[in-house]
Amino acid sequence: MFYREAGQFKSTYAADQQLFPIRQDRIAMALLLALAFVGVPLASITPGIEGVIDFNYWYNGVIIPFLIFSLAALGLNILTGYAGQLSLGTGAFMAVGAFAAYNLMLRVPRMPILAAFVLAGVIAAAVGLVFGLPSLRIKGFYLAVATLAAQFFVVWALTKFGWFSNDSSSGVIAAQKIVIAGYAFDTPVKRYLLVLAIVAVMALAAKNLARSAIGRAWMAVRDMDVAAEVIGIPMMKAKLLAFAISSFYCGVAGALFAFAYLGNVEPQAFDLDLSFRILFMIIIGGVGSVLGSFLGAAFIVVLPILLDIAATGFERAAGIAVPAGLVSNLTLILFGALIVFFLAVEPLGLARLWQVAKEKLRLWPFPH
Amino acid sequence: MQFFLEVLIGGLLAGVMYSLVALGFVLIYKASGVFNFAQGSMVFFAALTVVGFAEMGVPFWAAVALALAAMAALAFFTERVVLRPLVNQPQIALFMATIGLSFLVEGTAQLVWGAQVHALDLGVADEPIEWILDKAGMSISKFDLMASGIAAALVAVLAVFFNKTRTGRALRAVADDHQAALAVGVSLQRIWVIVWMVAGFVALVTGLLWGARNGVQFSLTFLALKALPVLILGGFESIAGAIVGGLIVGASEKLAEVYVGPYVGGGIESWFPYVLALLFLLVRPEGLFGEKIIDRV
Repeated sequence: MFYREAGQFKSTYAADQQLFPIRQDRIAMALLLALAFVGVPLASITPGIEGVIDFNYWYNGVIIPFLIFSLAALGLNILTGYAGQLSLGTGAFMAVGAFAAYNLMLRVPRMPILAAFVLAGVIAAAVGLVFGLPSLRIKGFYLAVATLAAQFFVVWALTKFGWFSNDSSSGVIAAQKIVIAGYAFDTPVKRYLLVLAIVAVMALAAKNLARSAIGRAWMAVRDMDVAAEVIGIPMMKAKLLAFAISSFYCGVAGALFAFAYLGNVEPQAFDLDLSFRILFMIIIGGVGSVLGSFLGAAFIVVLPILLDIAATGFERAAGIAVPAGLVSNLTLILFGALIVFFLAVEPLGLARLWQVAKEKLRLWPFPH
Repeated sequence: MQFFLEVLIGGLLAGVMYSLVALGFVLIYKASGVFNFAQGSMVFFAALTVVGFAEMGVPFWAAVALALAAMAALAFFTERVVLRPLVNQPQIALFMATIGLSFLVEGTAQLVWGAQVHALDLGVADEPIEWILDKAGMSISKFDLMASGIAAALVAVLAVFFNKTRTGRALRAVADDHQAALAVGVSLQRIWVIVWMVAGFVALVTGLLWGARNGVQFSLTFLALKALPVLILGGFESIAGAIVGGLIVGASEKLAEVYVGPYVGGGIESWFPYVLALLFLLVRPEGLFGEKIIDRV
């Protein structure tokens, strides 16, 4: 009833192939984008809002990391969800992006920062390509181990060679200020808008990639690689492109992670834990789904915060101090339990739950 | 030459410790086709349980028995909650589920026993054996030697268990062919529980040895990561492979650290085994002793 596409006829192939074929989806998407681009910034600069909601906290602690992790999850989803190559090295590719952007800004005079982000993505793609080479010979866990090699090697190299961090004694890099055409992105709102714009464009590109020839080739490789090769899909091109494009996304996400989120980063910020966190995002959100990357990132970013709020609320209500480490351990347990739960009960993740909800809305109030 | 030998022997002895971790992986992989990423967490959990009970005043042997019981409970839990719902799923899904399981186990272990570093004393100090130091001028750790002795004993016990007992033969039948084993009346679920218990037992032994050496702490969980290149070198299905792979990784990483490390700034232990395994994979994708991989459409 709420979600009926009755009466929406497609009379051309182009109309049939469009990204959001159902009008309700288009309207909802437009509303969402309007809310994100206009509504949220407007709300945060409304006079008198500071006392009610701490927008700086929301931007720096929740929304910006959510968008950046979504981008990284999108990158991993291209590789693992669409092309079926499990990677445990996401953090490494993000690190390459972050440190490449830093060095480009540092060493190339008058480097425009957006170009630095793009080039950082390209450099990450090149590194991804190198570590993707073994995928031509091996697959499954073996490949996962190859990507682990990338994870450890990159973090080691960034720590060991001072050149990457401009010989800072602790290996920490201080990301340069974001200035585009003389306009400084120095407040949380401005940084949020920049990140949002980049993520929106790249998500659109990913959605388009997934329905292109290369996207279909990836899915064929994922579903049965030998069969895909037999029907004439160039295996080498498909796999290496998946690694390169995925690493490009992760590289840009890493650059944003350093420049728009943390400001000061060390190589250890991109350790195996980060890679796992992003893997969890796509498992929980939905493997092989653009929407799922966003849902999963939102879930993983928000869950620890909610647990923290619940713990402090409990402390206040019961008057008992919650032991230190309890919340972080509970988060660990909850993450683990959720991974097992989603893999067993809903392997397609939150994105699939959204699909089911849409089906239900369409039929409501009838059961069939 | 003497220095080379000393490094080599030290590396081989450290490799035995890697082999122990890899052994737990191989057991589970053979019987259930699951690549158990949680083995490192199980090592941590087992060691922490022993130390936790021991610090409560329970005698050491009783603490070990209690830890064994905890590992058995974990095996039941895993079979019921993780393996059974995921039957017939792709292997990679099961692998990711064990990553989830490892978080679950780590969180539970720290929730129950806290996150401090505990010391564990097995009664043998990690110091050089004097008469070798005197005679040959090489320092070889007493503790490492004892660890290899225990590892050898463990492998012998496992070999007897797999070859001479009814359950062991059932385990091997399942490892060979799940369906054929089912057809002759082997209960897969029971076998899975047993094999996870055996892996838990191996994890306990590993945890005690590693814990006595480095302290019982969270970093024990990273052992799983060290065992991955060992498995790739040795092959996922082979116990002998786990041992040989462990020795190769242990020896080569120590030698590389000593002879190559200084040229690139040191600390290459963290990734060298992976690159070694990776290069090896390009030549022989199924590992030293693994079964040949055959793809069918």
